[in-house]
Amino acid sequence: MDPECARLLPALCAVLADPRQPVADDTCLEKLLDWFKAVTDAGSSLLLLQENPCLVELLFHVRKPQDLSSRILSFALRLAGTFAAQEDCFQYLQGDPSLFVASAAGQLLVHILDLAMRGPAEGRGPAEGRGRLQARDWPACARRIVCHLEDCLCSEAAPRVTQALHVLTTAFGHCHGLWTQGLWVQLSPLVARLLEKDPVPAPHALVELLLSVARSSVLSSDPGLWETVAQTLSHLSPMQAGPLAAGILKLQDCPQALRIQAFGVLLRPLACVLEAAAQAPGTPGLLEGAAGDQMAVDTLPPSKSVCVGLLCSTLAHLELLQPLPQRPSPWPQAPLLAAAVTILRFCNGSAAPSSELGGHLCAMLVGCVRVQRAALDFLGVLSQGLGPRELVTQVFAVLLEYLVSPDSSPTVLKKAFQATLRWLLGSAVPPSCCDLEPHAQLVLRELLAVLQKRLCSPCWEVRDSGLEFLTQMTRHWGGQATFRQALLASEVPKLASQLLQDPESYVRASAVAAAGQLSSRGLHAAPSSPEHPAGPQKTPLEELLLVLTTDSEGFPRRAAMRVFTEWLRDGHVAVAEDRERFVARVLQAASGDLDWEVRVQGLELALVFLQQLLGACGPGAAPPCALAQALRALCRVQLFEFAFRSLFDCDRPVAQKSCDLLLFLRAKAAPSGSPQEAGESPDVAPVEAALRRWRAGEQGQPLGELAPEAILAVLRSLDLEALRDTLAESSDHVERSPQSLLQDMLATVGVLGDNEADCY
Amino acid sequence: MKLYCLSGHTTLPCNVLKFKSTTIMLDCGLDTTSTLNFLPLPLVQSPRLSNLPGWSLKDGNAFLDKELKERSGHVFVDSVPEFCLPETELIDLSTVDVILISNYHCMMALPYITEHTGFTGTVYATEPTVHIGRKRLLPSPLKDAVEVSTWRRCYTMQEVNSALSKIQLVGYSQKIELFGEVQVTPLSSGYALGSSNWIIQSHYEKVSYVSGSSLLTAHPQPMAQASLKNSDVLILTGLTQIPTANPDGMVGEFCSNLALTVRNGGNVLVPCYPSGVIYDLLEHLYQYIDSAGLSSIPFYFISPVANSSLEFSQIFAEWLCHNKQTKVYLPEPPFPHAELIQTNKLKHYPSIHGGFSNDYRQPCVVFTGHPSLRFGDVVHFMGLWGKSSLNTVIFTEPDFSYLEALAPYQPLAMKCIYCPIDTRLNFIQVSKLLKEVQPLHVVCPEQYTQPPPAQSHRMDLMVDCQPPAVSYRRAEVLALPFKRRNEKIEIMPELADSLVPMEIKPGISLATVSAVLHTKDNKHVLQPPPRPAQPTGGKKRKRASDDIPDCKVQKPLLSGSIPVDQSVQALERHGFSDIKVEDAAKGHLVLLREAETLIQIEEDSTHIVCDDDEVLRVRLRAWSSSSFRSSEGKARATSTSLDPCVLHCSCQPPAEEGKTRSWRVSGSRNKESAFEIPSQELQPEPPSLPSRHCLRRALSLYT
Repeated sequence: MDPECARLLPALCAVLADPRQPVADDTCLEKLLDWFKAVTDAGSSLLLLQENPCLVELLFHVRKPQDLSSRILSFALRLAGTFAAQEDCFQYLQGDPSLFVASAAGQLLVHILDLAMRGPAEGRGPAEGRGRLQARDWPACARRIVCHLEDCLCSEAAPRVTQALHVLTTAFGHCHGLWTQGLWVQLSPLVARLLEKDPVPAPHALVELLLSVARSSVLSSDPGLWETVAQTLSHLSPMQAGPLAAGILKLQDCPQALRIQAFGVLLRPLACVLEAAAQAPGTPGLLEGAAGDQMAVDTLPPSKSVCVGLLCSTLAHLELLQPLPQRPSPWPQAPLLAAAVTILRFCNGSAAPSSELGGHLCAMLVGCVRVQRAALDFLGVLSQGLGPRELVTQVFAVLLEYLVSPDSSPTVLKKAFQATLRWLLGSAVPPSCCDLEPHAQLVLRELLAVLQKRLCSPCWEVRDSGLEFLTQMTRHWGGQATFRQALLASEVPKLASQLLQDPESYVRASAVAAAGQLSSRGLHAAPSSPEHPAGPQKTPLEELLLVLTTDSEGFPRRAAMRVFTEWLRDGHVAVAEDRERFVARVLQAASGDLDWEVRVQGLELALVFLQQLLGACGPGAAPPCALAQALRALCRVQLFEFAFRSLFDCDRPVAQKSCDLLLFLRAKAAPSGSPQEAGESPDVAPVEAALRRWRAGEQGQPLGELAPEAILAVLRSLDLEALRDTLAESSDHVERSPQSLLQDMLATVGVLGDNEADCY
Repeated sequence: MKLYCLSGHTTLPCNVLKFKSTTIMLDCGLDTTSTLNFLPLPLVQSPRLSNLPGWSLKDGNAFLDKELKERSGHVFVDSVPEFCLPETELIDLSTVDVILISNYHCMMALPYITEHTGFTGTVYATEPTVHIGRKRLLPSPLKDAVEVSTWRRCYTMQEVNSALSKIQLVGYSQKIELFGEVQVTPLSSGYALGSSNWIIQSHYEKVSYVSGSSLLTAHPQPMAQASLKNSDVLILTGLTQIPTANPDGMVGEFCSNLALTVRNGGNVLVPCYPSGVIYDLLEHLYQYIDSAGLSSIPFYFISPVANSSLEFSQIFAEWLCHNKQTKVYLPEPPFPHAELIQTNKLKHYPSIHGGFSNDYRQPCVVFTGHPSLRFGDVVHFMGLWGKSSLNTVIFTEPDFSYLEALAPYQPLAMKCIYCPIDTRLNFIQVSKLLKEVQPLHVVCPEQYTQPPPAQSHRMDLMVDCQPPAVSYRRAEVLALPFKRRNEKIEIMPELADSLVPMEIKPGISLATVSAVLHTKDNKHVLQPPPRPAQPTGGKKRKRASDDIPDCKVQKPLLSGSIPVDQSVQALERHGFSDIKVEDAAKGHLVLLREAETLIQIEEDSTHIVCDDDEVLRVRLRAWSSSSFRSSEGKARATSTSLDPCVLHCSCQPPAEEGKTRSWRVSGSRNKESAFEIPSQELQPEPPSLPSRHCLRRALSLYT
């Protein structure tokens, strides 16, 4: 601890201990705690306490019953935990109604338990049965804690049970000593007994505990554990058991029978949905044998909100599970697809179930946006596995229904677009991967008709997601003949280009991206709005330059810069015609932009240009003649003025980017003493003078004409590395020092005092 | 209470409610969908329509071939459209006292009812309803056409004016007394300018009539829900006709398709009514056209009432939603269509002649009527634009099937888009509303009690309430499932003075009342009984008049229910034999066959009917006093004393309406109609059976 902080500490401790001087902000206490952790990690905490007796005083002080705020109490407990200090105040504290205090007390208990148990258990030799300490051998304080936990677990009061389960979850989650085995052996019967109660108390906490135990390498070998988990799976309601089942399936290692059971739990709601939608009984379901009306009635809750919650969480669990390597195998791709499609059909009212359950489910789900979103996300993830042809046809059909329906909410529509894109990508014919399957080609035509309408939607979110979808489609299939034909035959390119004038800036940004992509592929429409039917037609480049120079909002300008960078990188036709002129125009616009992201993008484009001139690959210097040519070109596009100015940009990312750019150039330039420079020493004085002015914050002066030699000389004279290091420090590094924190806290207390005085 | 259902149409209802002694017609809707069976009525002779082949019956009979024409497999009537009237035979419409109109859609049959049925009552409606409804009563081309004499079913302008003259304007929450018996109150229903729901209530009963209501934020005043609470019966009509279409989504669809068409150089035709949803559509378009880059596209609104419709909407401040009301007091107009008009983006014309043909410029958007495509300027535009696939017709009104509307124009090249915008309540909103206002019973058209036939699995598309809604269909008479239990009766001060209440348990005091019931203008008053001039010498009569005060003081008052078993045992103890107990609808009948006596024990009354046999009466009295006393504190003071002139009134009218009417003395409700029960009827010594009935009837009237 530095002396300045040590000087401030006593005053701060006095403030914290004084209930009349409330600390305004929890976050400073958190920061303070972080700092103490850092200090104790770095050195001996005993020494720290000896050197700063005020800390000990503070800890003693909080033990006295008084009007301290719970946040200070919580802070002191955690500080005490950090110092591994006194333990005898924890028990009366643990029942504190404040969540923070309870949680802190819980953590402290775990901490103490760990300290108490680790010593004796690990002190034993292997012959004595390491780790398997008998309960009677536990230290007194550990015995007290365990006793307390046992009492809680047997309690009828759900909050006490929850608390005990939380403490155990923390213990098994954070401590991996062998002693935890003993603790689990001691307490697991009590945990198992919780299942005998109806309803099971604190089901969420129980699930967390079991998962924490199952993840612990020390405990997962216990066969009793898996038995308890299996029992829990069957005892809890589908809603409560879902997280446990998902957690089990994510485990690397667990009994196969349990995995099957867990997967069954997860699949059951979907199996019920399939069952409810089945036109005739006996349709193959998701779960063999288990299906049946009764199961469906048991599984699907009659209340709408609970049923919706269950389906959403089930779909989310399965969505997370799908890409994992340890996901259940065989993965029931086809029934899952059918279930997702069925749910979507229930939600839009197009399912026509004949059963009573189906009718009930339909009434609950119809128009439910939450389930629609979850099901569309899940359907999108399933695109990685494909499925039988007729099901894929159904998938596209239901996606189209959603895209066409006027009732689809904007968020649902966005998800529908995303899922459609994923399925179209999944449908690419394997060898070339750019041709669509025939049925996907059919879908494409309908998609374009939908897109056409969606681009005219009065809802900007819809126009926006429509444009994003168009950009993605063009990126993937812009070279494919069927797609090109269909797109050019539609109004879509024209509408997209009209949206460059959209009143909503997000839409304009997406329209810029779409225009860039369409133009790259030669699919850009000649713009003609009904406003100016006979107006002069602009090229895409001119249109986007117009956006860059005139749009009042940042998003469209940033999008234009991204498009330009991509065009330069990919050698777009319009760029290739006169690359230098293109770069010069874009840089001129970007360098004066008020939006720092546009300026960063400008520097990115400059870097791409530089790489193209000098060759990106390899760290070595460029050949001298190439360098000279490049430097002349860079001077012509006025890259240096932009880059040097940016070094002192008030926005750090701009300065960093510029630094990187110049460092790249310096690395490419020949080492000093190269033939170009040897002849005469260039006049760098004006440049350096300008740099000084810019550093001082004067922005007005232009740099004027620059000689390539002068540039190189300035580059070498600049300490770019030092500048980079300074920039790499976060801008608030001064503000984040512990000294500053202590000063701030004291200052706030002072201010509070003043305010108090003012009141009178 | 009865409901006569004259129309089965869900959104164009016409029901008659008999409530107490009033006859109230609820709405007067005219089903105009029948017009779809007729050929369009062009402004000028259309060779395309007139040259259609005639249609003859399969047997070759061609007697109708002048009238029936065939087009694209459909047969149409080639004449002026006729409408489907509400039932006129189900109830004598001349007895209707008042007609309550909820919105301007639901008054189109008014002239038929008021002018041709002997109707002499009053029609109640709000001002905007009348103003807008007046414009709609006659579809414009019919109004201006020459051959008025050929109309067989459509009313004349004269009839319209006569019908309108019977309307009395009312404001929201205004209380209107009907014959001192029933009070009706219009409440804002949120659907259209001036649209109302109605509360019909007496002192103890409340019927709510919900017709065409909306919870969406649109131009009218929001729906007043709270006042619908505590209804005994809620009659629910006028829900959305397109429950699966969400109005917001449809407006989006409308805008998208409009923009798409116009951007391609096509014209858009919107067949619509001249008021209502069009105000909201114009507001959406106002926000949309600039953003969609369509500000140079002209919007034309062609209707004989376009001008007044747009202007009325601006001045009916009191009827607008709060947001728009505040604008009335600012320099800016409440509806943005005023600005559209000022900036020349929206132009309105009474017809396609004159100004319009000079200004007409393509591509454009035209709003015009009639949505059935059978008459109005829309017929002209269908002919003009139907041939080009660039043009689009967008249907927004849900009243007509768009496919049927289009049938006589087939084959058609122009694009057809169906975006029905119906802002009326959907079933989710209804179920929330019913949960909130909690009526005891819901009555609705039968269509609402089952899913739509085409979507039989959509259990969500029906009214879901407990107890299940009572449904009605056209030409059905419904006895409403609700029992009138109480009637308010005033007691004259001098009579009230003479009452001596006795506390039978803490907080409850009872007194016996002997009085004459006097009814005038449906108000009931208990007056002191006239003192008989001279005692007639009869022992009982004397006691009847003189002993009452003593009785009041001495006689214990009884309350609670009578334990039948104990009573029967007590009868046996008093020497009665051959006792038979029967369960009756509302209690028990105890038959003393030997004594030829009937004891009727009901929840709130007990009657003993016996012969004029003093010995028997004494035995019975002895039994009753011991039996009832033994259950004192349980039995309520509802037992009928055998004393002739002392009647114990529990102020409960008879449950059945038929009986109520039977003791209402005269049909004229303005004349005084005091009702005194002839004293003979109260004689406990009826010589023969008929008078026993009289006694029972009199007693039942009074209890």
